[in-house]
Amino acid sequence: MKPAPFDYLAPTSVEETLELLAARGEEGKLLAGGQSLVPMLNFRLAQPEALIDINHVAELAYVARRDGALHIGALTRHAELERSTLVAEHWPLLTEALRWLAHPPIRNRGTVGGSVAHADPAAELPVALTALDARFVVRSRRGQRSLAPDEMFVGPLQPGLEPDELLVEIRVPALARPFGCAFVEQARRHGDFALGGVAVALGRDGDRCREDGARVVLLGAGPGPRRAPEAEALLASRPVDEDAARAAGEAAARAADPPTDPHADAGYRRALIATLTRRAVLRAWERT
Amino acid sequence: MSRIGVSIEINGDVFEREIEPRLLLSDFIRHEAGLTGTHVGCEHGVCGACTVQLDGEPIRSCLMLAVQANGRRLRTVEGLAAPDGPLHPLQQAFHETHALQCGFCTPGFLMAIEPLLPDVGGLDDRRLRELLAGNLCRCTGYESIVNAVRLAHERLFGAGGPR
Repeated sequence: MKPAPFDYLAPTSVEETLELLAARGEEGKLLAGGQSLVPMLNFRLAQPEALIDINHVAELAYVARRDGALHIGALTRHAELERSTLVAEHWPLLTEALRWLAHPPIRNRGTVGGSVAHADPAAELPVALTALDARFVVRSRRGQRSLAPDEMFVGPLQPGLEPDELLVEIRVPALARPFGCAFVEQARRHGDFALGGVAVALGRDGDRCREDGARVVLLGAGPGPRRAPEAEALLASRPVDEDAARAAGEAAARAADPPTDPHADAGYRRALIATLTRRAVLRAWERT
Repeated sequence: MSRIGVSIEINGDVFEREIEPRLLLSDFIRHEAGLTGTHVGCEHGVCGACTVQLDGEPIRSCLMLAVQANGRRLRTVEGLAAPDGPLHPLQQAFHETHALQCGFCTPGFLMAIEPLLPDVGGLDDRRLRELLAGNLCRCTGYESIVNAVRLAHERLFGAGGPR
């Protein structure tokens, strides 16, 4: 099918975008990489009256380190983040998560901000960014605010953004070294929407995981990225071995509330979460 | 319906048209430029048949509006080999290894793989198949497509190849 008609607006600056959002944000949609929105337009699942194309807002495309933290402009393409040596060295969880994200032609167009603002429960970046305790900087003509992951990922395809707000930047704090991360998922075909997945970040203190040094965040296990606090508590302050990883996997499965759909039922997905979490915990620990 | 003027370069030719902003790039290529080598399969980014190169990078032409390609440079399957010249080494390898049967998916595979050819030498079969996973083929079972990519890489870069 083909998209329904819309007014096409192409601002070239953040200020201009915020003006357009203030005037037409209610009935309009922002177009970034288009890898999720254009399919919805083609199927007419989305029929916005106005499309605000931010691809010419060059000031929103950057990857930089400031005061130790990673700053990612919302219009940064997936492929650019994937190629970044800065990210690979200091935030390897993001690099690993990006390799699971769809396919190279999709990553050439798709944007980091788009993956966040689309808030798909099966998306990789929201899960990885939640595990890294990222903050999301949003702006409108009314001002600027910073959202935590649970404020941004409110529900399936429901970002915590007002109609006049624009996600401008993602900020990822530095991880205390030594640390190890792993991102693992399972899909029928590499690059398809995953049946389940998990992002794990572990900080090491001697032979043990640091107190408050474990992050376990599940993909496809609820309405958005789902932290598994019981699994994290099981790993904290103790050596991470096969038994600990298995226990964390079982705890993660208890925290999961996956859907049943034609691709897999909830029981299968819960078992998958347990296995993937066990593997990811061991892999992350090896990398500390 | 308001129309917007665009100028898009495809395979070295510039196409200037007045188009509706909702026109997909895939439809611009086929219906405005008349280049029907780019095939449209699923029209929502899953099958990869419509893959073309935008400023050298593979993209899905069904997931981009034509107006977004204004002033940009595109390459489609028609741009791989000169009309009267030999096939591109990747096309030749597809031909020799029977990497196509009905041929509907082939232009998408070619345009997706061509820029990646220098990098495939060091990949094991699993990683190579992951790289190809963005394109669907219902005829070959993929085995011969993997063989074609290996053959083209070997001819272009030698047995070891870069990396």
